[in-house]
Amino acid sequence: MNFIKCLSTYATGTRSFSTTSCLHEIRKLARMRVVDNSALGKAARLSGKPARVIHVYNKTSVGTVGDKVLVAIKGQKKRAYIVGVKQNQKPNMPKFDTNNIVLIEDNGSPTGTRITVPVPSALRKKGEFSKILSLATRFV
Amino acid sequence: MASYSRRILPCFWKTTKLLTFEDSARRVPCRYHQELLPTRNYLLPETVEEHRKSELSKHPELPPSITSENVPADFRFVYPEFLPDPQYDRRDSIRERLEREDMYRRRAVIDIPEFYVGSIMAVTVSDQYSPNKENRFVGICIDRGGVGLRAFFILRNVVDGQGIEIMYEMYNPTLQSIQVLKLEKRVDDKLYYLRDAPQEYSTFPFDMDPIPVPKGSTVPVNKMKVQLNPRPWLERWERQDLQGVEDLKLEQRFYDKAAKVAKPWEKYDLMKWYRENTNEEERDSIMQEVHQRKRLTDIEKSKRKTKLAERKR
Repeated sequence: MNFIKCLSTYATGTRSFSTTSCLHEIRKLARMRVVDNSALGKAARLSGKPARVIHVYNKTSVGTVGDKVLVAIKGQKKRAYIVGVKQNQKPNMPKFDTNNIVLIEDNGSPTGTRITVPVPSALRKKGEFSKILSLATRFV
Repeated sequence: MASYSRRILPCFWKTTKLLTFEDSARRVPCRYHQELLPTRNYLLPETVEEHRKSELSKHPELPPSITSENVPADFRFVYPEFLPDPQYDRRDSIRERLEREDMYRRRAVIDIPEFYVGSIMAVTVSDQYSPNKENRFVGICIDRGGVGLRAFFILRNVVDGQGIEIMYEMYNPTLQSIQVLKLEKRVDDKLYYLRDAPQEYSTFPFDMDPIPVPKGSTVPVNKMKVQLNPRPWLERWERQDLQGVEDLKLEQRFYDKAAKVAKPWEKYDLMKWYRENTNEEERDSIMQEVHQRKRLTDIEKSKRKTKLAERKR
């Protein structure tokens, strides 16, 4: 029966797309939410054009929590750290409703002065994040 | 089995010539590949019966003295992870028994309370990076599943305007405590639609006090209806028979399509039901075992408590 159905769809050409749900992977051109209180992030949010990933600094080119990305924001190139992802996570790791980033300057110091949303506690095991984690108000 | 190999497949990508399955076995496009394979999770009824009657499915060491009358009727809803896997081809009675032993051992150390999808819970996890070496999270249980040691539940909450979900494994040794703050059921099995609902439906304070349930009373069912945000959504909620959601207010074409893809006959599929469930005898014997072991651990726990109290004196 299914075989006949397949043949018929081939003949009529009706069903030609996949309906699999998306994986929420952070790749190039993914839109991100800036969660620090920097003026740049706020301006991007208000303009309706959130920051867009143009490079992921890791081997797989799929960003996860703790990865560094290059984003295009308000016509500028800025580096940022991912501090929360939508993708399904392992046990005990939080899964966020949005993909969150914190902007940093070229010298590695954060642009904003405060992170407004909770940050995964597992980020604390990486030493390079001390500057960013000092801005965080809450950990989950 | 034999019939599928004799099916004739057209070879679209090169020629209009018709090939048999053997000819084109290596060049079958993905979408046909799935159909040509024998269906997964399919067993002959004879094999199923043989397995049910085999010695491995029995529990000779358990004393048959406890009758099923002693076991509370709702036990299988309180401890669903002790029952065999709903997917028949993943069942293995020996592994399940070994896993159950480990689960009893874990339950002797940590108190895993009765909870349901819709209950509000607090979980404390040991976290080596946090200054006080632990991490507490409060949220509503939006899903519960898995069997054996892999049983899990997902908590959802909104903290500082950010929706957060954390999946916990019930028998994970890094879990320090599981607490039910509000014991409650919802009308749906899964509450993933809270992701597409306004944030106030999944916001719960971290300093919430536990609401005690009087002993002997049944678990209250919260019949709250959630008003979802307008589309776009993460899933097609109109296709899932959701009871706890207000009218979705969609165009008629969405409901037409939902009716077209619905499978209303599945609830009458007795064989499907039979495969996904355990027979009553097996279920009762497992629940008897759980009941017996729970009584033993309760006695041990109370003994330990009195010992501690004596030492303090």
